[in-house]
Amino acid sequence: MSSRPGSSGLPMISLQGVSKVYGDSATPAVESLSLEISSGEIVVLVGPSGCGKTTMLKMINRLVEPTSGSIEVDGTPIRDQEPHLLRRSIGYVIQQVGLFPHWTVRRNIGTVPELLGWSSDRISKRTLELARLVGLEEPMLDRYPAALSGGQQQRVGVARALAADPPVLLMDEPFGAVDPIVRHRLQDELLDLQRRLRKTIVFVTHDIEEAIRLGDRIVILNVGGVLEQVGSPAEILSQPGSRFVEDFIGAERNLQQLALRSVAELRLKWGPMVEDSSTAVAAHEAARRENTDWVGLLSGGLLRGWVPIEDLEKTATLEDLTARPFSAVVRNGVSLRQALDAMVGARHAMAVVVENGYYCGLVDLKMVSNALGDRQ
Amino acid sequence: MNLFNWEWVGRNWDAILERTWEHVYLTSVAVVVGTVLAVGLAVVAVRRRRWYGPITSVANILYTIPSLALFAFLVPFTGLSTLTSEIGLVGYTLLIIVRNTVAGIDGVSQGVSEAADGMGFTPRRRFWRAEFPLALPVVMAGIRIAAVSTVGLVTITSILGQGGLGYFILAGLRSFFWTQIIIGTVGSVLLAALIDMALLGLQRRLAPWTRRQAA
Repeated sequence: MSSRPGSSGLPMISLQGVSKVYGDSATPAVESLSLEISSGEIVVLVGPSGCGKTTMLKMINRLVEPTSGSIEVDGTPIRDQEPHLLRRSIGYVIQQVGLFPHWTVRRNIGTVPELLGWSSDRISKRTLELARLVGLEEPMLDRYPAALSGGQQQRVGVARALAADPPVLLMDEPFGAVDPIVRHRLQDELLDLQRRLRKTIVFVTHDIEEAIRLGDRIVILNVGGVLEQVGSPAEILSQPGSRFVEDFIGAERNLQQLALRSVAELRLKWGPMVEDSSTAVAAHEAARRENTDWVGLLSGGLLRGWVPIEDLEKTATLEDLTARPFSAVVRNGVSLRQALDAMVGARHAMAVVVENGYYCGLVDLKMVSNALGDRQ
Repeated sequence: MNLFNWEWVGRNWDAILERTWEHVYLTSVAVVVGTVLAVGLAVVAVRRRRWYGPITSVANILYTIPSLALFAFLVPFTGLSTLTSEIGLVGYTLLIIVRNTVAGIDGVSQGVSEAADGMGFTPRRRFWRAEFPLALPVVMAGIRIAAVSTVGLVTITSILGQGGLGYFILAGLRSFFWTQIIIGTVGSVLLAALIDMALLGLQRRLAPWTRRQAA
């Protein structure tokens, strides 16, 4: 469907009516699945456990043999290739990383080139190149994997998969075992790598957020290997193809929609704001009206800040008061998601909206959640 | 009453060295042959799971036969020979080494085996380059236990006219000459400790990745 830059017309990976039934199981793991993946594309297979996403991935490098159907990689039916030779031409990254603990990082990265019989000169050059590519420092190359952090190990896993420069990369929940912060960083690094390398990547995850971040296209699978929907993240978020997809993208859909809507669309509240040319009495009045213990000060429409109502007693003229800065301030054009982030970051239930320094109004949590409700 | 006669030791030093050497020789042959056989059997057991039960059962039965009875049983066939001793000694090493080798290979993380397959290792290469080397620390632990117990068992083969340091124990018991008994006993205990340490050193050399690295 989506044709991408660098695609040569022919799909890099093509699955035709592929099914897999394990042993004497009554329900198939993958059911009559057809999919074409273009060169340079990241396709994310996502779904709950038991949806056959890993099985589907492993059929591409023949770790699992399909019960029926055919698979081609780069125009060649994989059935015609020796499994171990096929696998040397396809990068493979798994959740458990599976680095060889008895080999140094250097030798781990050089695994496939060694299998392919490269000269040791060429291997060591390539290893250095890859270490730089995935952001590993050179001294790390002579350590054993046990001395590396989880994130570093997975970088080595990615470097190892890329070593022989395969056109296709299969990634099976590669970032599933690292903490969320490291996972985010690894995802960014993968996208960055992909901009430079333009591999064809098939990526398996159960995390819809990860799928949306990484995928050019997302394949949503249901239990029993049933294909629910294939589409770009935007298509899937805006037009979920089934009840299942809707439930599956659930909360993420809301957050994503917040990202698509702007603060400017909302009717903002004015709040307890007063011009600093007016009187303390007027300020008290504003605070009482809004039921707050503070007032915001404007100076000719420009936002000055806020003062607690106790401060109003100290002086006759509001102009002399020292205003404190608001902790959550956003520009009028930002998305509701950014506004929400600002509130959460400041631990406040509201944020002040400004445009070029001029006060526009207030947005609070309730307005954000109401905005979500509008869509339903 | 003299428990220990240094003068006897001085006079018989050459004999002690010779018996010690014999002890080392009998032990080494048994452990080397036992290791080769046991690792071979373990590899079969790992590849063909249904063989694991029968293999360990036989090894288990061998292990439980009292050593004196086993030697007595073998003498009609193989005589009072080194072969008789070695058959018994090798038999006793099998169970521990087979078990540890299978446990070691089973203990290799699935991620490693799957990665090896995924990288394009042939099954043979996966086994010999990844799974077996990773099992080595556990295999070596088994070999060390087998070696230490073999050192002890060798003393018993003295009844077959072999026996290394066991010769002194047997002779000492016949004549109630304590010096000989102590030389035989202490010597074989020391030997067991030395062999264990040597094998530990070998294990560390074979598995450098298990050493802690400076971070």
